[in-house]
Amino acid sequence: MKILVAISQVPDTTAKISFTDNNTKFNSAGVQFIINPYDEWYALVRALELKEAGLVEKVSLVHVGLADADAVIRKGLALGADDSFRIDADAPDAQFVAQQLAEFVKNNPYDIVLVGKETISYNGGMVGGILAGLLDWTFVSTASKLDITGNTIMANQDIEGGVQIVECSTPIVISCNKGMAEQRIPNMKGIMAARTKPLQVIPAYTAASHTQYKQFELAAGRSACKFIDADKVEELVQLLHNEAKVI
Amino acid sequence: MSVLTFADVSAGKIKKSSLEAIYYAKQIAAKTGGKTIVLLYKANEDAIKSAAQVGADKIINIQNDINEVTSDAMVVAKIISKYATAEGCKNIVLPYDIHGKATASSLSGILKCAVVSAVTNIPEVNGNAFLFKKNVFSGKAFSTMEVGGDVKVITFLPNSFQFQMNTSATPEVVNTTTDLSGIVSKIKVKEVQKNDNNGSIPLPEADLVVSGGRGLKGPENWNIIEDLAKALGATTACSRPVADMHWRPHHEHVGQTGLAIRPNLYIAIGISGAIQHLAGVSGSKTIVVINNDKEAPFFKSADYGIVGDAFAIVPKLTEAIKKFKSSQH
Repeated sequence: MKILVAISQVPDTTAKISFTDNNTKFNSAGVQFIINPYDEWYALVRALELKEAGLVEKVSLVHVGLADADAVIRKGLALGADDSFRIDADAPDAQFVAQQLAEFVKNNPYDIVLVGKETISYNGGMVGGILAGLLDWTFVSTASKLDITGNTIMANQDIEGGVQIVECSTPIVISCNKGMAEQRIPNMKGIMAARTKPLQVIPAYTAASHTQYKQFELAAGRSACKFIDADKVEELVQLLHNEAKVI
Repeated sequence: MSVLTFADVSAGKIKKSSLEAIYYAKQIAAKTGGKTIVLLYKANEDAIKSAAQVGADKIINIQNDINEVTSDAMVVAKIISKYATAEGCKNIVLPYDIHGKATASSLSGILKCAVVSAVTNIPEVNGNAFLFKKNVFSGKAFSTMEVGGDVKVITFLPNSFQFQMNTSATPEVVNTTTDLSGIVSKIKVKEVQKNDNNGSIPLPEADLVVSGGRGLKGPENWNIIEDLAKALGATTACSRPVADMHWRPHHEHVGQTGLAIRPNLYIAIGISGAIQHLAGVSGSKTIVVINNDKEAPFFKSADYGIVGDAFAIVPKLTEAIKKFKSSQH
């Protein structure tokens, strides 16, 4: 069985967000990029664990993006992925990315595609579902546990107010949520090995996109915090009732 | 151009986020012309009535047994796609909640159309081009996005606006059996486990949330959080370190890599307010921070703050809430 892990690169979780070109583009100057945490900590690490357990033969990475993402792809290889592919396109939206992945999978067969449940940059959470819809594959969203027995996939799927335990077969797209695995740090051996592992650049497939960011604006901060004396909690209750009107 | 939505019915009632979806669909239909069509699955009189009150012009009530309606987003998406074609709907609205997200994305793949996630406004409509507002970078910024194409799947952020009721609405109601040929679920559900919320509202839907952090020193001290939550009728949450140390279950973790929530009231106790935590709660309408460190960064993002020892303040606050509640009766 072969697993393909789709990764995105996102600004580091502590990055200061700003915009350029008249607030129409994200300002990447001075920003450290990382693999999207959901893609790395949960999807990729779980795929590697399944390989280490002898349940999977191969774990590949795929990224849709430009050459500036090669550093984060190498990090994924350093963590233990066997090989990697970068589909060379400046991806405008989830629909475009999913179409690229669908074409890639049609040309390079995999049994399982893992994606993070969402990116921490644009927070769409759409790529996995669109991909499954395009391919007419099984789709398990927000999985927090993943196991394989023979050809059967077992997953815990987070649902509203609980978890549903499901059994499915391949081919399958799974979007991965917290709980599936724990973050790993690449070791020196992995980092050295990553330098010579394959990173193949593939020209983009023809794909449609219908969305365009016109303008960005930083969220306005809250007005100054109103401090209440620790001995006068009744005052807080009154403010929550009369001023904030939330209780 | 009619607008279609699928409403989740749970325990005989339409979920709040689905009521918002109907209302939202109505606002779009008002701009594009056409009807607001609502798909319901085995809905009772009450559910039909509430769908009507928030804006349904036509209700299609599916009667046949489709167990996967609650378990397989791909099956729901295929059913919606069938009705979208049959009813000539070009715009499909779903809530951006855990089920809505999975359904909307699958539907976008099936229909090969644009999907827009978590919008917070009623769009400006200019022919096929819709202008939406949405949050990006985990709430640190927002953007204006133009979405084109003939067909669109639109998901909106729950709790972004108030819906209005029209109690005298009389929609057309059609009871129907869905032709399921070509629709097969490939997911077998073995078991469903409900989170133990002590009977409170699940976190993603909660209007009031009381959350604890490392400042509480250990899981044995959570009674003060639970007591306050109980007095308020709130749901409990926690910060990432607390979930990682297994003081509290993972489903309570709010933040950038946990759950993003938008309650009316978020009370943070013993949480310093790291940027990753703020990303998951900054959409809250009112934020109260209780912390013994007056330099805690969370105070900069709070509406109300109390500096001091949580173990002394929180029980007092719980008593004050109880007193306030009893005075309201």
